[in-house]
Amino acid sequence: MSRKPLLDIKNLNVHYITHEGTTKAINDLNLALYPGETLGLVGETGAGKTTTALSMMQLVPDPPGKIISGEILYHDQDLTKLSEHELRKIRGNQISMIFQDPMTSLNPIMTVGDQIREGILLHQKVDMATATKRASDMLEVVGIPMERYNEYPHQFSGGMKQRVVIAIALSCNPEILIADEPTTALDVTIQAQVLQLMENLKKDFNTSMLMITHDLGVVANVCDHVAIMYAGTVIEHAEKHMLYRTPKHPYTQGLFGSIPNVEENVDRLKPIMGLMPDPTNLPTGCTFHPRCPHAMDICQVEFPRITRLNDEHWVRCHLYSADEEVSHE
Amino acid sequence: MAKNVATASASAPVVADKKRNQWKEVWRRLKQNKMAMLGLGILVFMVIIALSADLLFPKGFDDQMISRRFQLPNSEYWFGTDNLGRGILDRMVHGARVSLSIGLFAVTISIVFGGLLGAMAGFYGGKVDNIIMRSLDVLLAIPSILLAISIVSALGGGLFNVMLAVGISSIPGYARIVRASVITLKGQEFIEAARAIGASDKRIILRHIIPNALAPIIVQGTLGVAGAILSAAGLSFIGLGLAPPNPEWGAMLSGGRQFIRDHWPMTLFPGLAIMITIFALNLLGDGLRDALDPKLRN
Repeated sequence: MSRKPLLDIKNLNVHYITHEGTTKAINDLNLALYPGETLGLVGETGAGKTTTALSMMQLVPDPPGKIISGEILYHDQDLTKLSEHELRKIRGNQISMIFQDPMTSLNPIMTVGDQIREGILLHQKVDMATATKRASDMLEVVGIPMERYNEYPHQFSGGMKQRVVIAIALSCNPEILIADEPTTALDVTIQAQVLQLMENLKKDFNTSMLMITHDLGVVANVCDHVAIMYAGTVIEHAEKHMLYRTPKHPYTQGLFGSIPNVEENVDRLKPIMGLMPDPTNLPTGCTFHPRCPHAMDICQVEFPRITRLNDEHWVRCHLYSADEEVSHE
Repeated sequence: MAKNVATASASAPVVADKKRNQWKEVWRRLKQNKMAMLGLGILVFMVIIALSADLLFPKGFDDQMISRRFQLPNSEYWFGTDNLGRGILDRMVHGARVSLSIGLFAVTISIVFGGLLGAMAGFYGGKVDNIIMRSLDVLLAIPSILLAISIVSALGGGLFNVMLAVGISSIPGYARIVRASVITLKGQEFIEAARAIGASDKRIILRHIIPNALAPIIVQGTLGVAGAILSAAGLSFIGLGLAPPNPEWGAMLSGGRQFIRDHWPMTLFPGLAIMITIFALNLLGDGLRDALDPKLRN
């Protein structure tokens, strides 16, 4: 790949260590986010999407969470090695995050304006009046009249709250915006508006975005690249069109197979058989092999390496590593 | 960092004086609550009377004359006289200064220190929590009046030391209340969101957690004033608080105890004064809690 990723996660392992056992939330995860683009991180519930996002912010709750190994490179520095003080300068300023549920991610007893202003005051050397003005400008940017600066979160609807959360996240003009299922808690009509808003702001502010979702429709709408997560690791990472046209990993194929198709009138959907593995007790080898229709002997033994199919597409699957070896020989 | 926000810019006047507006807003909501205003009125009245005690009741609190002792309420001594012939009303008015300041100041001490310790314990958890809460448990194991006695006997008597002793002895209770609400608060998403915009622990505790945990503290605090006045009375009773001629509601109440069968004004009026103060504080506290909660605003 020619371009340099803005944020590059290499072989990240995050475990939650409790008395009951160790939950392997993230296993050898690789992820690259390029400047100005939107990367969709797709996976089932419990695949480790949110833990990935929290790792990027270095906010994995510790204890019980522990980053065991791996690097998160951002501007040539490894975020896992920075001090709390250095991280605070990055959080909200260069990397910021939108949480899943706008109902609970705003402080109920602070006015929305003050909450936007807080980030500005923390990161930019401006006086109170300038910060207040910027905060009210941000409100306008996300389509809320600035007269509502002094209102409290409970006076806003869900969609409006999510706009406020977006305003907070973008108030310091971050380079990276992590959106953790930003539309899951909203109803469908509002979802479209919020996605549109995020898309526009992303362009205006030239922000890179990591869009965490389990909604392939959202991915098709807003993302440039897509990473598919399964049991704590990215199993396929590709440019959006390539992925939708030629999904390679059996799990990805299964995902697309389980979307209902309006044109073909089928009686039953084709689900992926089986369940997500228990993260405290992951299968050996490829974590997907118990459910995989193409499982081979090697799949039970060896965790698949990354196989690069081309510049914009890689996959972790023995089906293709075999191909690669053949072609190399 | 260049701001590429290209929208309306005439926003300054709208929000410039917003801090003042917020307090105005709280005041406006408080004013709508008639009971709270009644409580506030009673308190203000008491404070004014206490402050102008020398002017209104020039006889002072130690005008003894055995010949006029045990008088029932009459036109000269509205609340009667006590066993040494001193006017009960005169003593109560002068004593209001002491009792009100002991009550308020002692509760302030326990709220501030108990609140901070409880917030830290709840927020950090683990070792910090254990160290703070176990130390406070040691305090809690000693009956609070006994603790106050030992503090006063160590520091010596006097108004300030009494307030300190009473305040310190009720720190553990507040710490427990605050800790409990902080533990529920810290798991909420908006705390994580505050962290995600780069807020420090100190900022999160002071700006996000404590304001959200305020309601139970206000209620406990208004009730605590009564407890503090009575604890101070207990101290005076065993001779560790204020020296005898100095009036103080609690001391007057316990001083009248031995005459309760024969001469009721000595216990009734100081008792009423304490009761009315607490009542007023409770009304105000309730109103304040509602006024500070933006969800209840109308």
